[in-house]
Amino acid sequence: MSDHIVKSYDKDLEALGRKIAEMGGIAEKMLTDSMDALSELDMDLARKTIESDPRLDYLQREIEESAILTIARRQPMAVDLREIVAAIRVSGDLERVGDLAKNIAKRAMKIAAEARLPRAIIGLKHMNDVAAMQLKDVLDAYAQRDGEAARKVWLQDAELDALEDSVFRDLLTFMMEDPRNISFCTHLLFCSKNIERMGDHATNIAETVHYLVTGETLPLDRPKGRGLIDPVIVAGQLSGGGADERPA
Amino acid sequence: MNAPATTTSMPSQSADGDKIAVKDLKFYYGNNLALKNITLGLRTNKVTAFIGPSGCGKSTLLRVLNRMYDLYPNQRAEGEVLLDGENILNPKQDLNLLRARIGMVFQKPTPFPMTIYENIAFGIRLYEKIAKSELDGRVEKALRGAALWDEVKDKLSASGLSLSGGQQQRLCIARSVAIHPEVILFDEPCSALDPISTSKIEELIDELQENYTIAIVTHNMQQAARVSEFTAFMYLGELVEFGDTSKIFTSPSQKRTQDYITGRFG
Repeated sequence: MSDHIVKSYDKDLEALGRKIAEMGGIAEKMLTDSMDALSELDMDLARKTIESDPRLDYLQREIEESAILTIARRQPMAVDLREIVAAIRVSGDLERVGDLAKNIAKRAMKIAAEARLPRAIIGLKHMNDVAAMQLKDVLDAYAQRDGEAARKVWLQDAELDALEDSVFRDLLTFMMEDPRNISFCTHLLFCSKNIERMGDHATNIAETVHYLVTGETLPLDRPKGRGLIDPVIVAGQLSGGGADERPA
Repeated sequence: MNAPATTTSMPSQSADGDKIAVKDLKFYYGNNLALKNITLGLRTNKVTAFIGPSGCGKSTLLRVLNRMYDLYPNQRAEGEVLLDGENILNPKQDLNLLRARIGMVFQKPTPFPMTIYENIAFGIRLYEKIAKSELDGRVEKALRGAALWDEVKDKLSASGLSLSGGQQQRLCIARSVAIHPEVILFDEPCSALDPISTSKIEELIDELQENYTIAIVTHNMQQAARVSEFTAFMYLGELVEFGDTSKIFTSPSQKRTQDYITGRFG
């Protein structure tokens, strides 16, 4: 893309891009660190993850303010307008990723005392790896302005949805095996939901990047990796019964 | 360079529902080709905006639509401009009648040096013989139509030149509206006006499209985005892109359009 006649316009947009890049770096690190803290019971890392969040919030606020100022000042059109709308949306998604990672870190601190079921965390770690990869890929797509790469990330979210289902079944099994696992596994259930949400935010970013690059929106009906989970049916199946045992 | 203009979600090139259909229009200033095979349609009762850098031919195109160029020697047009299916470039075309059907409002307000009342009545008398009482009614209706009545109703005998720039421009719009045209051409109608007057004209254009087909040339891209349903981007005498305004200003299909509207030109 060639430069604007007004040079300071380019500088405004570059500054926005730099801040998004910084947010992306922080969010990625929080995502992986929160899971490391959980699986390694590393309380220091959990604390550091929690402490990273305010910077993300601050950057999001700054991006929003400069985006609004740029709209007021330059009345952006076409790709510039899409660029600024994308910055607002992507920063919002990254800020939420930070919140969700912070929540996992908080739970890591809570369950540290009772952690005694490492095998329950394996599935979560796998989910987290997938989410981390999605976030990395979509941030690369954003940096490279690659609409096709963004579309690929968008399609991958089905995998994370399917993994969440499987983690859900595992955790339910552990809880049924030994009721003393319930508190621990419930925290992990929330964590898996958080990871799935982080994947959703990566998907949102993918949609935004695709729109930014092509000017076209992706369809509303994204392929899904699962049906609705019904805990009663799952519990019935796990205890050896069938779906028909579900109370009316 | 002669690639045909791309059409996004096309308001169709001279489809049914077009008040004016321009077909393969070429225009010459002497030997200089100023419009190169322009084909587009002005949709009935919609606003179509023409944007592009100075010298791209957008004002020239507007001047062809009501044969304004006929006033100058060595200027000629080839191709077709169909108004309700009839070619107005036909040498037998009655120009007075044509200009009554296709009114024009210029960049600089051009009130006649006469009273506000006469500014409007003059044009009506030119085309129709009507009684004074009826004339009064027509003048009032035209001034109301141009959202000027409330500001001038107590000083209709004051000179048109005594009005502010924005009021003068609305007076010119009233003058156009008074003779019941079918199409109104606006050639940068707000470029000499302050933002308040500009808003009033834009509001007026919005109201006028209920009854008139409108074409507007503007250098103000935001204005084109605000007032029009369709936008044509012209460059060096060519129609580069023509389509829905909402598409042109968010994701144009041509790089030249994008470069121009985002300020990357040159």
